[in-house]
Amino acid sequence: MIIHGRSLHPGTATGTPIRLTAPLSFWGGTDTEGRIVDAHHPQCGAVLTGRILLMESGRGSSSASSVLAEQIRARTAPAAIILSRPDPIIPLGALIAAELYNLNLPVVVASYDAIPAGALVQVTDGTITW
Amino acid sequence: MPTLHLTADEEAMLGGRDGDGVALAMRVIVGQARISDAPRLVEITSSHVDSCLYHGRVSLDFAHRLVDLGARVRVPATLNVGSTDLIHPDLVRDHELAAAGRELMAAYVELGCTPTFTCAPYQLPNRPALGEHIAWAESNAIVFANSVLGARTDRYGDFLDVCAAITGRAPYAGLQTPEARRGTMVFDCRPLGEFTDLTYPLLGHHIGSVVGAEIPVLLGIPSDVGEDDLKALGAAAASAGGVALFHAIGVTPEAPTSIDGLPVRVVDLETLQRVRRELSTVASELDAVSIGTPHASYAECVRLSELVVGPPLKLPFYLSTARATRERLAENGVLQVLEAAGVTVVVDTCTYITAILSPTWKYVMTNSGKWAHYAPGNINVSAILGSLSECVASARAGHVVLDS
Repeated sequence: MIIHGRSLHPGTATGTPIRLTAPLSFWGGTDTEGRIVDAHHPQCGAVLTGRILLMESGRGSSSASSVLAEQIRARTAPAAIILSRPDPIIPLGALIAAELYNLNLPVVVASYDAIPAGALVQVTDGTITW
Repeated sequence: MPTLHLTADEEAMLGGRDGDGVALAMRVIVGQARISDAPRLVEITSSHVDSCLYHGRVSLDFAHRLVDLGARVRVPATLNVGSTDLIHPDLVRDHELAAAGRELMAAYVELGCTPTFTCAPYQLPNRPALGEHIAWAESNAIVFANSVLGARTDRYGDFLDVCAAITGRAPYAGLQTPEARRGTMVFDCRPLGEFTDLTYPLLGHHIGSVVGAEIPVLLGIPSDVGEDDLKALGAAAASAGGVALFHAIGVTPEAPTSIDGLPVRVVDLETLQRVRRELSTVASELDAVSIGTPHASYAECVRLSELVVGPPLKLPFYLSTARATRERLAENGVLQVLEAAGVTVVVDTCTYITAILSPTWKYVMTNSGKWAHYAPGNINVSAILGSLSECVASARAGHVVLDS
Protein backbone atom coordinates (compact mmCIF):
# COMPACT_ATOMS: atom_id res chain seq x y z
CA MET A 1 0.00 0.00 0.00
CA ILE A 2 1.11 3.54 -0.65
CA ILE A 3 -0.04 7.02 0.49
CA HIS A 4 1.22 10.26 -1.02
CA GLY A 5 1.15 13.00 1.61
CA ARG A 6 2.51 16.51 1.86
CA SER A 7 6.09 16.59 3.08
CA LEU A 8 6.75 19.23 5.77
CA HIS A 9 10.30 18.03 6.35
CA PRO A 10 12.12 15.53 4.14
CA GLY A 11 13.82 12.33 5.22
CA THR A 12 13.55 8.57 5.22
CA ALA A 13 12.53 6.30 8.08
CA THR A 14 11.22 2.81 8.80
CA GLY A 15 9.31 1.64 11.85
CA THR A 16 6.07 0.45 13.34
CA PRO A 17 3.24 2.95 13.84
CA ILE A 18 1.95 4.30 17.11
CA ARG A 19 -1.32 6.17 16.81
CA LEU A 20 -2.11 8.79 19.45
CA THR A 21 -5.73 8.96 20.54
CA ALA A 22 -5.34 12.54 21.86
CA PRO A 23 -3.13 15.51 20.87
CA LEU A 24 0.26 15.71 22.57
CA SER A 25 2.54 18.60 23.41
CA PHE A 26 6.18 17.54 23.27
CA TRP A 27 6.98 20.18 25.91
CA GLY A 28 5.66 18.96 29.22
CA GLY A 29 4.16 15.93 27.47
CA THR A 30 7.27 13.86 26.74
CA ASP A 31 10.59 13.41 28.53
CA THR A 32 14.11 13.33 27.09
CA GLU A 33 13.81 9.53 26.76
CA GLY A 34 10.91 9.89 24.32
CA ARG A 35 8.30 8.68 26.80
CA ILE A 36 4.83 10.26 27.16
CA VAL A 37 4.74 11.74 30.67
CA ASP A 38 1.60 13.89 30.45
CA ALA A 39 -0.52 12.35 33.22
CA HIS A 40 -3.71 13.46 31.45
CA HIS A 41 -2.78 11.74 28.18
CA PRO A 42 -4.54 8.39 27.59
CA GLN A 43 -1.27 6.84 26.37
CA CYS A 44 0.88 8.13 29.24
CA GLY A 45 3.91 5.84 29.64
CA ALA A 46 4.15 4.88 25.95
CA VAL A 47 7.60 5.28 24.37
CA LEU A 48 7.70 7.06 21.01
CA THR A 49 11.39 6.51 20.25
CA GLY A 50 11.92 4.88 16.85
CA ARG A 51 8.20 4.64 16.10
CA ILE A 52 6.23 6.12 13.21
CA LEU A 53 4.17 8.60 15.21
CA LEU A 54 0.64 9.18 13.89
CA MET A 55 -1.17 12.12 15.47
CA GLU A 56 -3.70 14.72 14.43
CA SER A 57 -1.58 17.73 15.29
CA GLY A 58 0.76 19.09 17.91
CA ARG A 59 -0.75 20.92 20.85
CA GLY A 60 0.13 23.82 23.05
CA SER A 61 3.54 25.17 23.80
CA SER A 62 5.84 26.73 21.25
CA SER A 63 8.73 25.07 23.11
CA ALA A 64 7.68 21.80 21.47
CA SER A 65 10.10 22.58 18.62
CA SER A 66 13.00 22.69 21.10
CA VAL A 67 11.98 19.49 22.82
CA LEU A 68 11.63 17.61 19.51
CA ALA A 69 14.96 18.91 18.20
CA GLU A 70 16.63 17.83 21.46
CA GLN A 71 15.12 14.33 21.14
CA ILE A 72 16.36 14.08 17.54
CA ARG A 73 19.87 15.05 18.73
CA ALA A 74 19.73 12.53 21.59
CA ARG A 75 18.34 9.80 19.25
CA THR A 76 15.21 9.44 21.38
CA ALA A 77 12.77 10.99 18.89
CA PRO A 78 10.17 9.11 16.84
CA ALA A 79 11.48 7.78 13.50
CA ALA A 80 8.93 9.85 11.57
CA ILE A 81 5.88 11.95 12.37
CA ILE A 82 2.68 11.79 10.31
CA LEU A 83 0.12 14.49 11.06
CA SER A 84 -3.41 14.84 9.75
CA ARG A 85 -3.26 18.66 9.91
CA PRO A 86 -0.27 20.91 9.07
CA ASP A 87 1.47 22.19 12.18
CA PRO A 88 4.48 24.50 11.88
CA ILE A 89 5.98 23.79 15.31
CA ILE A 90 6.86 20.12 14.69
CA PRO A 91 8.66 20.55 11.33
CA LEU A 92 10.51 23.52 12.85
CA GLY A 93 12.10 21.16 15.39
CA ALA A 94 13.00 18.80 12.54
CA LEU A 95 14.52 21.61 10.46
CA ILE A 96 16.75 22.83 13.30
CA ALA A 97 18.01 19.29 13.98
CA ALA A 98 18.80 18.95 10.26
CA GLU A 99 20.69 22.26 10.23
CA LEU A 100 22.69 21.47 13.37
CA TYR A 101 23.24 17.71 13.24
CA ASN A 102 22.40 16.68 9.71
CA LEU A 103 19.74 14.34 11.10
CA ASN A 104 16.47 14.27 9.17
CA LEU A 105 13.21 13.22 10.81
CA PRO A 106 10.54 13.12 8.09
CA VAL A 107 7.33 15.03 8.89
CA VAL A 108 4.35 14.35 6.61
CA VAL A 109 0.75 15.50 6.47
CA ALA A 110 -1.41 12.60 5.30
CA SER A 111 -4.64 10.88 6.08
CA TYR A 112 -3.21 7.91 7.96
CA ASP A 113 -6.31 5.94 8.96
CA ALA A 114 -5.51 3.12 6.51
CA ILE A 115 -2.15 2.32 8.12
CA PRO A 116 -2.62 -0.89 10.13
CA ALA A 117 -1.20 -1.32 13.62
CA GLY A 118 1.87 -3.54 13.57
CA ALA A 119 2.72 -2.87 9.92
CA LEU A 120 6.30 -2.09 8.99
CA VAL A 121 5.98 1.40 7.58
CA GLN A 122 8.46 3.18 5.39
CA VAL A 123 8.45 6.96 4.98
CA THR A 124 10.40 8.64 2.19
CA ASP A 125 9.77 12.39 2.17
CA GLY A 126 6.01 12.62 1.50
CA THR A 127 5.53 8.97 0.49
CA ILE A 128 4.33 6.38 3.01
CA THR A 129 4.42 2.67 2.13
CA TRP A 130 3.78 -0.58 3.99
CA MET B 1 -1.27 26.35 -2.58
CA PRO B 2 0.27 29.84 -3.12
CA THR B 3 3.85 30.16 -4.26
CA LEU B 4 6.04 32.02 -1.83
CA HIS B 5 7.27 35.28 -3.31
CA LEU B 6 10.49 36.75 -1.92
CA THR B 7 11.77 40.27 -2.55
CA ALA B 8 15.23 40.75 -4.06
CA ASP B 9 16.51 41.73 -0.61
CA GLU B 10 15.10 38.55 0.94
CA GLU B 11 16.56 36.40 -1.85
CA ALA B 12 19.93 38.02 -1.20
CA MET B 13 19.73 37.23 2.53
CA LEU B 14 18.85 33.65 1.70
CA GLY B 15 21.76 33.48 -0.73
CA GLY B 16 24.30 34.57 1.88
CA ARG B 17 24.82 38.26 1.04
CA ASP B 18 24.63 39.19 4.74
CA GLY B 19 26.60 36.17 5.95
CA ASP B 20 25.94 32.55 6.81
CA GLY B 21 24.08 33.39 10.04
CA VAL B 22 21.48 35.46 8.21
CA ALA B 23 21.21 32.77 5.53
CA LEU B 24 20.51 30.11 8.18
CA ALA B 25 17.87 32.32 9.83
CA MET B 26 16.29 33.01 6.43
CA ARG B 27 16.14 29.26 5.63
CA VAL B 28 14.12 28.81 8.82
CA ILE B 29 11.76 31.71 8.01
CA VAL B 30 11.27 30.55 4.41
CA GLY B 31 10.71 26.94 5.49
CA GLN B 32 8.04 28.03 7.95
CA ALA B 33 6.46 30.36 5.39
CA ARG B 34 6.08 27.44 2.95
CA ILE B 35 4.51 25.23 5.61
CA SER B 36 2.06 28.01 6.51
CA ASP B 37 1.18 28.62 2.81
CA ALA B 38 2.32 32.24 3.17
CA PRO B 39 2.35 34.16 -0.15
CA ARG B 40 5.17 36.42 1.10
CA LEU B 41 7.12 37.53 4.16
CA VAL B 42 6.29 40.62 6.22
CA GLU B 43 8.74 43.10 7.74
CA ILE B 44 8.55 43.16 11.53
CA THR B 45 9.36 46.01 13.91
CA SER B 46 10.30 43.98 16.99
CA SER B 47 10.77 40.47 18.28
CA HIS B 48 10.35 38.87 21.70
CA VAL B 49 12.61 35.85 21.93
CA ASP B 50 11.65 32.81 24.02
CA SER B 51 14.47 30.58 22.76
CA CYS B 52 16.67 31.72 25.69
CA LEU B 53 14.91 29.24 27.98
CA TYR B 54 17.08 26.11 28.20
CA HIS B 55 15.56 22.87 26.85
CA GLY B 56 18.73 20.80 26.48
CA ARG B 57 21.95 20.75 24.49
CA VAL B 58 20.13 21.75 21.27
CA SER B 59 19.26 25.16 22.77
CA LEU B 60 22.96 25.97 23.26
CA ASP B 61 24.06 24.40 19.97
CA PHE B 62 21.61 26.56 18.00
CA ALA B 63 22.49 29.82 19.76
CA HIS B 64 26.22 29.15 19.48
CA ARG B 65 25.88 28.29 15.79
CA LEU B 66 24.22 31.67 15.17
CA VAL B 67 26.92 33.47 17.20
CA ASP B 68 29.71 31.58 15.39
CA LEU B 69 28.21 32.49 12.01
CA GLY B 70 28.23 36.16 12.98
CA ALA B 71 24.46 36.69 13.14
CA ARG B 72 23.03 39.82 14.82
CA VAL B 73 19.43 40.87 15.34
CA ARG B 74 18.34 43.67 12.98
CA VAL B 75 15.20 44.75 14.86
CA PRO B 76 14.84 45.43 18.61
CA ALA B 77 14.58 42.05 20.32
CA THR B 78 13.62 41.58 23.97
CA LEU B 79 14.40 38.33 25.81
CA ASN B 80 11.93 36.12 27.61
CA VAL B 81 12.66 34.48 30.95
CA GLY B 82 15.61 32.10 31.13
CA SER B 83 16.29 29.11 33.37
CA THR B 84 18.03 31.05 36.13
CA ASP B 85 17.89 34.29 38.11
CA LEU B 86 21.10 36.11 37.18
CA ILE B 87 20.65 38.65 39.99
CA HIS B 88 19.92 36.05 42.71
CA PRO B 89 21.78 32.97 41.37
CA ASP B 90 21.59 31.15 44.72
CA LEU B 91 17.82 30.78 44.34
CA VAL B 92 18.13 28.01 41.74
CA ARG B 93 18.89 24.65 43.36
CA ASP B 94 19.96 22.79 40.18
CA HIS B 95 23.43 24.21 39.50
CA GLU B 96 23.92 22.35 36.22
CA LEU B 97 20.65 23.76 34.85
CA ALA B 98 21.53 27.22 36.16
CA ALA B 99 24.95 27.13 34.46
CA ALA B 100 23.50 26.01 31.13
CA GLY B 101 20.72 28.59 31.47
CA ARG B 102 23.23 31.35 32.13
CA GLU B 103 25.36 30.34 29.12
CA LEU B 104 22.28 30.38 26.87
CA MET B 105 21.08 33.76 28.12
CA ALA B 106 24.57 35.18 27.45
CA ALA B 107 24.59 33.78 23.91
CA TYR B 108 21.33 35.58 23.09
CA VAL B 109 22.69 38.84 24.47
CA GLU B 110 25.72 38.30 22.20
CA LEU B 111 23.32 38.08 19.25
CA GLY B 112 22.20 41.61 20.08
CA CYS B 113 19.05 40.86 22.07
CA THR B 114 18.24 43.16 25.01
CA PRO B 115 18.67 41.40 28.38
CA THR B 116 15.13 42.07 29.61
CA PHE B 117 14.49 38.47 30.72
CA THR B 118 10.79 38.92 31.25
CA CYS B 119 7.68 37.15 29.98
CA ALA B 120 5.82 40.48 30.11
CA PRO B 121 7.64 42.65 27.55
CA TYR B 122 4.45 44.72 27.20
CA GLN B 123 5.25 46.17 30.64
CA LEU B 124 8.46 47.72 29.22
CA PRO B 125 8.71 51.02 27.32
CA ASN B 126 8.54 51.14 23.49
CA ARG B 127 5.76 48.63 23.10
CA PRO B 128 4.30 48.01 19.65
CA ALA B 129 1.36 50.05 18.40
CA LEU B 130 -1.94 49.07 16.79
CA GLY B 131 -1.42 47.34 13.46
CA GLU B 132 2.37 46.86 13.81
CA HIS B 133 3.73 43.55 12.57
CA ILE B 134 5.93 41.89 15.19
CA ALA B 135 7.29 38.41 15.91
CA TRP B 136 6.71 37.69 19.55
CA ALA B 137 7.07 34.33 21.23
CA GLU B 138 5.80 33.34 24.73
CA SER B 139 2.11 32.58 24.73
CA ASN B 140 1.02 35.23 27.23
CA ALA B 141 3.02 37.95 25.46
CA ILE B 142 1.52 36.92 22.12
CA VAL B 143 -2.06 37.08 23.35
CA PHE B 144 -1.46 40.43 25.08
CA ALA B 145 0.22 42.00 22.04
CA ASN B 146 -2.51 40.82 19.67
CA SER B 147 -5.50 41.49 21.89
CA VAL B 148 -4.70 44.48 24.10
CA LEU B 149 -2.19 46.36 21.92
CA GLY B 150 -3.62 45.33 18.54
CA ALA B 151 -0.13 44.56 17.23
CA ARG B 152 0.12 41.52 14.94
CA THR B 153 1.99 38.34 15.70
CA ASP B 154 1.32 34.72 14.99
CA ARG B 155 2.24 31.90 17.41
CA TYR B 156 5.81 30.88 16.70
CA GLY B 157 7.87 27.93 17.82
CA ASP B 158 11.23 28.24 19.53
CA PHE B 159 14.08 29.15 17.11
CA LEU B 160 11.76 31.06 14.78
CA ASP B 161 11.57 34.09 17.08
CA VAL B 162 15.31 34.79 16.90
CA CYS B 163 15.43 33.99 13.17
CA ALA B 164 12.73 36.64 12.68
CA ALA B 165 14.82 39.12 14.68
CA ILE B 166 17.92 38.33 12.59
CA THR B 167 16.16 38.66 9.23
CA GLY B 168 13.58 41.29 10.27
CA ARG B 169 10.94 39.10 8.62
CA ALA B 170 8.14 36.70 9.51
CA PRO B 171 5.85 34.59 7.31
CA TYR B 172 2.81 36.63 6.24
CA ALA B 173 0.37 34.08 7.58
CA GLY B 174 -1.98 33.39 10.46
CA LEU B 175 -2.61 36.36 12.76
CA GLN B 176 -0.35 38.61 10.66
CA THR B 177 -3.27 38.75 8.18
CA PRO B 178 -6.46 40.74 8.91
CA GLU B 179 -8.84 37.96 7.88
CA ALA B 180 -7.52 35.59 10.58
CA ARG B 181 -8.09 38.19 13.30
CA ARG B 182 -11.87 38.39 13.16
CA GLY B 183 -13.80 37.21 16.20
CA THR B 184 -15.77 34.02 15.59
CA MET B 185 -17.29 32.98 18.93
CA VAL B 186 -18.99 35.17 21.54
CA PHE B 187 -18.63 34.57 25.28
CA ASP B 188 -21.42 36.44 27.03
CA CYS B 189 -19.95 37.27 30.45
CA ARG B 190 -22.74 39.62 31.55
CA PRO B 191 -24.24 37.08 34.00
CA LEU B 192 -20.98 37.24 36.02
CA GLY B 193 -22.02 40.56 37.56
CA GLU B 194 -19.22 42.25 39.45
CA PHE B 195 -15.70 41.11 38.50
CA THR B 196 -13.04 40.41 41.13
CA ASP B 197 -9.32 39.92 40.40
CA LEU B 198 -9.86 36.14 40.39
CA THR B 199 -12.62 36.35 37.78
CA TYR B 200 -10.06 37.03 35.06
CA PRO B 201 -7.80 33.95 35.32
CA LEU B 202 -10.85 31.70 35.83
CA LEU B 203 -12.61 33.18 32.81
CA GLY B 204 -9.42 32.91 30.74
CA HIS B 205 -8.97 29.27 31.66
CA HIS B 206 -12.58 28.51 30.78
CA ILE B 207 -12.34 30.22 27.38
CA GLY B 208 -9.06 28.48 26.57
CA SER B 209 -10.57 25.10 27.49
CA VAL B 210 -13.62 25.37 25.23
CA VAL B 211 -12.78 27.75 22.37
CA GLY B 212 -10.78 25.37 20.15
CA ALA B 213 -9.53 27.16 17.04
CA GLU B 214 -12.15 29.94 17.25
CA ILE B 215 -11.29 33.59 18.06
CA PRO B 216 -13.18 34.57 21.23
CA VAL B 217 -15.19 37.80 21.55
CA LEU B 218 -15.95 38.71 25.17
CA LEU B 219 -19.10 40.60 25.98
CA GLY B 220 -19.59 42.16 29.41
CA ILE B 221 -15.99 42.84 30.46
CA PRO B 222 -16.00 46.02 32.59
CA SER B 223 -14.93 48.95 30.41
CA ASP B 224 -12.50 50.19 33.07
CA VAL B 225 -10.65 46.84 33.30
CA GLY B 226 -6.91 47.29 33.83
CA GLU B 227 -4.03 45.75 31.92
CA ASP B 228 -3.07 43.49 34.84
CA ASP B 229 -6.46 41.81 34.71
CA LEU B 230 -6.32 41.44 30.91
CA LYS B 231 -2.85 39.94 31.34
CA ALA B 232 -4.20 37.36 33.80
CA LEU B 233 -7.12 36.53 31.49
CA GLY B 234 -4.95 36.16 28.39
CA ALA B 235 -2.24 34.12 30.11
CA ALA B 236 -4.76 31.63 31.46
CA ALA B 237 -6.53 31.36 28.09
CA ALA B 238 -3.24 30.84 26.25
CA SER B 239 -2.04 28.09 28.58
CA ALA B 240 -5.36 26.25 28.74
CA GLY B 241 -5.98 26.24 25.01
CA GLY B 242 -3.52 28.10 22.83
CA VAL B 243 -5.58 31.29 22.54
CA ALA B 244 -3.43 33.86 20.71
CA LEU B 245 -6.03 36.62 20.31
CA PHE B 246 -9.25 37.63 22.03
CA HIS B 247 -11.48 40.63 21.60
CA ALA B 248 -13.34 42.32 24.46
CA ILE B 249 -16.15 44.60 23.36
CA GLY B 250 -15.68 48.15 24.61
CA VAL B 251 -12.15 47.34 25.76
CA THR B 252 -9.76 46.03 23.09
CA PRO B 253 -8.94 47.97 19.92
CA GLU B 254 -10.05 45.46 17.28
CA ALA B 255 -13.24 44.23 18.95
CA PRO B 256 -16.13 43.90 16.48
CA THR B 257 -18.91 46.46 16.46
CA SER B 258 -21.49 43.79 15.66
CA ILE B 259 -21.72 40.20 16.86
CA ASP B 260 -24.78 39.29 14.81
CA GLY B 261 -24.64 35.77 13.48
CA LEU B 262 -21.81 34.56 15.72
CA PRO B 263 -22.37 31.58 18.01
CA VAL B 264 -22.82 32.61 21.66
CA ARG B 265 -21.75 30.81 24.84
CA VAL B 266 -23.00 32.14 28.14
CA VAL B 267 -20.57 32.24 31.08
CA ASP B 268 -22.12 32.35 34.54
CA LEU B 269 -20.80 32.11 38.10
CA GLU B 270 -21.45 28.39 38.21
CA THR B 271 -19.14 27.93 35.21
CA LEU B 272 -16.34 29.75 36.97
CA GLN B 273 -16.89 27.86 40.22
CA ARG B 274 -16.46 24.63 38.25
CA VAL B 275 -13.27 25.97 36.64
CA ARG B 276 -11.93 26.85 40.06
CA ARG B 277 -12.59 23.31 41.30
CA GLU B 278 -10.73 21.92 38.26
CA LEU B 279 -7.71 24.20 38.56
CA SER B 280 -7.40 24.36 42.28
CA THR B 281 -6.72 21.62 44.81
CA VAL B 282 -8.89 21.58 47.92
CA ALA B 283 -6.52 21.66 50.86
CA SER B 284 -6.02 23.40 54.15
CA GLU B 285 -2.34 22.59 54.42
CA LEU B 286 -0.03 25.04 52.67
CA ASP B 287 3.75 25.12 52.15
CA ALA B 288 4.36 28.32 50.17
CA VAL B 289 2.84 31.05 48.01
CA SER B 290 4.02 32.08 44.54
CA ILE B 291 2.67 35.02 42.57
CA GLY B 292 3.83 36.96 39.52
CA THR B 293 3.05 34.62 36.60
CA PRO B 294 3.23 36.36 34.16
CA HIS B 295 5.74 38.71 35.76
CA ALA B 296 4.08 41.11 38.19
CA SER B 297 3.72 44.70 37.04
CA TYR B 298 4.96 47.63 39.11
CA ALA B 299 1.38 48.33 40.24
CA GLU B 300 0.89 44.70 41.35
CA CYS B 301 4.12 44.80 43.36
CA VAL B 302 3.04 48.02 45.06
CA ARG B 303 -0.33 46.48 45.92
CA LEU B 304 1.45 43.46 47.43
CA SER B 305 3.72 45.76 49.44
CA GLU B 306 0.64 47.39 50.95
CA LEU B 307 -0.91 44.03 51.85
CA VAL B 308 2.19 42.53 53.50
CA VAL B 309 2.60 45.35 56.02
CA GLY B 310 1.30 44.04 59.34
CA PRO B 311 1.51 40.65 61.06
CA PRO B 312 4.46 38.60 59.71
CA LEU B 313 4.14 35.99 56.95
CA LYS B 314 4.56 32.48 58.32
CA LEU B 315 5.16 30.82 54.95
CA PRO B 316 7.73 31.37 52.16
CA PHE B 317 6.31 33.91 49.69
CA TYR B 318 7.69 34.29 46.15
CA LEU B 319 7.09 37.18 43.78
CA SER B 320 8.33 36.86 40.17
CA THR B 321 8.87 40.07 38.24
CA ALA B 322 11.07 41.69 35.62
CA ARG B 323 14.52 42.97 36.56
CA ALA B 324 13.48 46.41 35.23
CA THR B 325 10.46 46.43 37.56
CA ARG B 326 12.65 45.35 40.48
CA GLU B 327 14.98 48.28 39.84
CA ARG B 328 12.07 50.70 39.91
CA LEU B 329 10.79 49.09 43.12
CA ALA B 330 14.22 49.52 44.70
CA GLU B 331 14.43 53.20 43.68
CA ASN B 332 11.07 53.90 45.30
CA GLY B 333 11.63 51.89 48.47
CA VAL B 334 8.98 49.30 47.65
CA LEU B 335 11.48 46.45 47.24
CA GLN B 336 12.76 47.10 50.76
CA VAL B 337 9.21 46.84 52.16
CA LEU B 338 8.62 43.56 50.33
CA GLU B 339 11.92 42.02 51.40
CA ALA B 340 11.51 43.19 55.00
CA ALA B 341 8.17 41.37 55.07
CA GLY B 342 9.90 38.17 53.94
CA VAL B 343 8.89 38.20 50.26
CA THR B 344 11.50 36.56 48.00
CA VAL B 345 11.70 38.55 44.78
CA VAL B 346 12.59 36.39 41.75
CA VAL B 347 13.68 37.99 38.46
CA ASP B 348 14.82 36.75 35.01
CA THR B 349 12.95 33.45 35.42
CA CYS B 350 9.81 32.05 37.06
CA THR B 351 9.11 29.62 39.87
CA TYR B 352 7.28 27.05 37.70
CA ILE B 353 9.97 26.59 35.03
CA THR B 354 13.09 26.11 37.10
CA ALA B 355 14.19 24.59 40.40
CA ILE B 356 13.50 27.31 42.98
CA LEU B 357 10.79 25.98 45.30
CA SER B 358 11.77 23.23 47.75
CA PRO B 359 11.08 19.74 46.34
CA THR B 360 9.52 18.81 49.70
CA TRP B 361 6.68 21.33 49.29
CA LYS B 362 3.36 19.82 48.21
CA TYR B 363 0.79 22.62 48.41
CA VAL B 364 1.50 26.00 46.87
CA MET B 365 -0.95 28.86 46.51
CA THR B 366 -1.00 31.24 43.56
CA ASN B 367 -3.22 33.92 42.04
CA SER B 368 -2.24 32.83 38.51
CA GLY B 369 -4.32 30.56 36.29
CA LYS B 370 -1.22 29.89 34.20
CA TRP B 371 0.88 28.86 37.19
CA ALA B 372 -1.94 26.63 38.47
CA HIS B 373 -2.13 24.98 35.03
CA TYR B 374 1.58 24.26 34.53
CA ALA B 375 3.19 23.93 37.98
CA PRO B 376 1.69 20.53 38.93
CA GLY B 377 3.26 18.89 35.85
CA ASN B 378 6.48 20.90 35.85
CA ILE B 379 7.52 20.95 39.50
CA ASN B 380 5.23 18.35 41.07
CA VAL B 381 3.11 20.44 43.43
CA SER B 382 -0.61 20.80 43.99
CA ALA B 383 -1.75 24.33 43.20
CA ILE B 384 -4.36 26.27 45.15
CA LEU B 385 -5.80 29.27 43.34
CA GLY B 386 -6.68 32.36 45.33
CA SER B 387 -6.91 36.11 44.98
CA LEU B 388 -3.92 38.24 45.94
CA SER B 389 -5.46 39.07 49.32
CA GLU B 390 -6.26 35.37 49.93
CA CYS B 391 -2.62 34.55 49.09
CA VAL B 392 -1.35 37.06 51.66
CA ALA B 393 -3.91 36.01 54.30
CA SER B 394 -2.94 32.36 53.81
CA ALA B 395 0.80 33.05 54.07
CA ARG B 396 0.11 34.96 57.27
CA ALA B 397 -2.07 32.21 58.76
CA GLY B 398 0.22 29.36 57.69
CA HIS B 399 -2.67 27.52 56.04
CA VAL B 400 -5.18 28.11 53.26
CA VAL B 401 -7.57 30.98 53.99
CA LEU B 402 -10.25 31.66 51.38
CA ASP B 403 -12.81 34.45 51.49
CA SER B 404 -15.70 32.20 50.48
